[in-house]
Amino acid sequence: MNLPTDNMLCVQIKQPATSQSSFSLDVDLLLPSTGVTALFGASGSGKTTILRHIAGLNISQHSHVSLNNNIWQSAGGSVPPHKRPIGFVFQEGNLFEHLTAEGNLRFAMKRANTGSSIIAFDEVIELMNIRGILTQFPAQLSGGERQRVAIARALLIQPQLLLMDEPLAALDETLKQDILPYLEALCHRANIPILYVSHSLDEVIRLADHMVVLEKGKVTEQGAVHSLLGKLGTSFSRYQDASVVISGVVTKQEKQWGLSWLEFDNQTIAFKQGNESINDTIRLRIQSKDVSITLSKDNHSSILNHIEAIVDETERDPQDPSTIRVRLLAGNTPILAKVTALSAHRLALKKA
Amino acid sequence: MLLSPEDLGAIWLTLKLASLVTLLLIVLCTPLAWWLARTQSWLKGPINAIVAMPLVLPPTVLGFYLLLLLGPQGSVGAFLGQIGFSALPFSFAGLVVASMLYSLPFVVQPIQNAFIAIGTKPLEAAATLRSSPWDRFLYVALPLAKPGYISAAILGFAHTVGEFGVVLMIGGNIPYETRVISIQIYDHVEALEYGQAHTLSLLMMAFAFIVLAFLYGNQKRQKHHVVAGGVL
Repeated sequence: MNLPTDNMLCVQIKQPATSQSSFSLDVDLLLPSTGVTALFGASGSGKTTILRHIAGLNISQHSHVSLNNNIWQSAGGSVPPHKRPIGFVFQEGNLFEHLTAEGNLRFAMKRANTGSSIIAFDEVIELMNIRGILTQFPAQLSGGERQRVAIARALLIQPQLLLMDEPLAALDETLKQDILPYLEALCHRANIPILYVSHSLDEVIRLADHMVVLEKGKVTEQGAVHSLLGKLGTSFSRYQDASVVISGVVTKQEKQWGLSWLEFDNQTIAFKQGNESINDTIRLRIQSKDVSITLSKDNHSSILNHIEAIVDETERDPQDPSTIRVRLLAGNTPILAKVTALSAHRLALKKA
Repeated sequence: MLLSPEDLGAIWLTLKLASLVTLLLIVLCTPLAWWLARTQSWLKGPINAIVAMPLVLPPTVLGFYLLLLLGPQGSVGAFLGQIGFSALPFSFAGLVVASMLYSLPFVVQPIQNAFIAIGTKPLEAAATLRSSPWDRFLYVALPLAKPGYISAAILGFAHTVGEFGVVLMIGGNIPYETRVISIQIYDHVEALEYGQAHTLSLLMMAFAFIVLAFLYGNQKRQKHHVVAGGVL
């Protein structure tokens, strides 16, 4: 058994299968108490259950939960949820229907932890852009607005740990795209650890620094997002949208072409201009199916970005013999490519 | 004046009885309804059945047993006599006790259904907002159950106003003490005073219509279908 460690969120849960449910959970996690950690997995993998154990909404005698050496759950007993310094954002928001949006926020402020102050009322209103809807009741709000109020409410309790249970899962695609920028702003702004449950790789890549991959109640992978995504043989390199994340600084923008340039690891890459500006640090996601491999620097094609890299590893897809996945290293940055087996053979790709 | 002093006495007595019974039931039924809405205990079924029994039993059965139980020879009555209470049958206090039993399901069930309709989600959300169990009950559960309480109060009051059999069995027919409107009407009819019976009966009809119209209006405004539960 691991000893609780300073500045760490320590979570051990053993929940055996019962006669009513075949679901079992057996995890032992030591998570950083800074930044955003994603719990990633398919539905039924146990990620929400872990979050509920951390919040104290589920209790198991065989669990141990502690944050920064404060024990919340152990064999000796359990701290009830209302005494844990957490904020919880539920999938459906769970706003109080009898209170206005502002009433919901005031509910949290009245009960807030006076010992720590991470965010002020006006600041959170600004961050979530909800000033215009404060007088409305939850039933009058759209799904996205409800969720923004719910996030604001969870922040105003001044938590030491923010737990988010698929806050976007109940929203349709357009609303998701509307609310993601607010979450990104929150993740950058927050100086408390955030645990973010999701089954969407896209959200994890945009928001998280660290990730834990769960499958059927067990941890299969964990580590920094950019290094995990660059690994072959992980449960998600087999996804159709296997990809890596590159973070770097915007160094150049050309309005004429609608492009921006990102510099990372002494390389540059052009991408479609969004609302970023020069000197911003941003993340780019590169899908493996968008990467092709050439042995010479060939400028006679429509491919705009050329990155020098060496072949680090190749792997055949057991389900699809026509495809080879290749892990490349551009400096220290891993990039995944998906090419046909025939091309790989013609180019004689092998580990450098 | 169409109403005799005895008619007015009966109306006043009825309103006093119904108000007191409703108030007591609302207070006493809240913990019972909360427990019934949340418990997983095997006792839930039997207790639900006991609460609902006045719905199906003839009021005379209820009145008969109450008379036996509360009378000077009854176990409860004898005990009350020993500690210095006067006998409950044929008194206003006896009517209050009997009416509370008789109207119990009409108050418990709407409140219980309102608590069930709330579900666990708002309460869990409150728990993660540093709200203690008592705080959650006062500031989340009670306000959310408000439509259930409105229904419970209206139904409990109206049903007590409309009772006849239990009152007759346990309260008898003492003017200004236990003679409520329904019994006053019965007396008028017995005495062939149809005019006075009409006046009181029409008042009761109007009362019933207004109460039910209000109840269903309230039901429409509140989306939750907690009104009257399985009662109406």
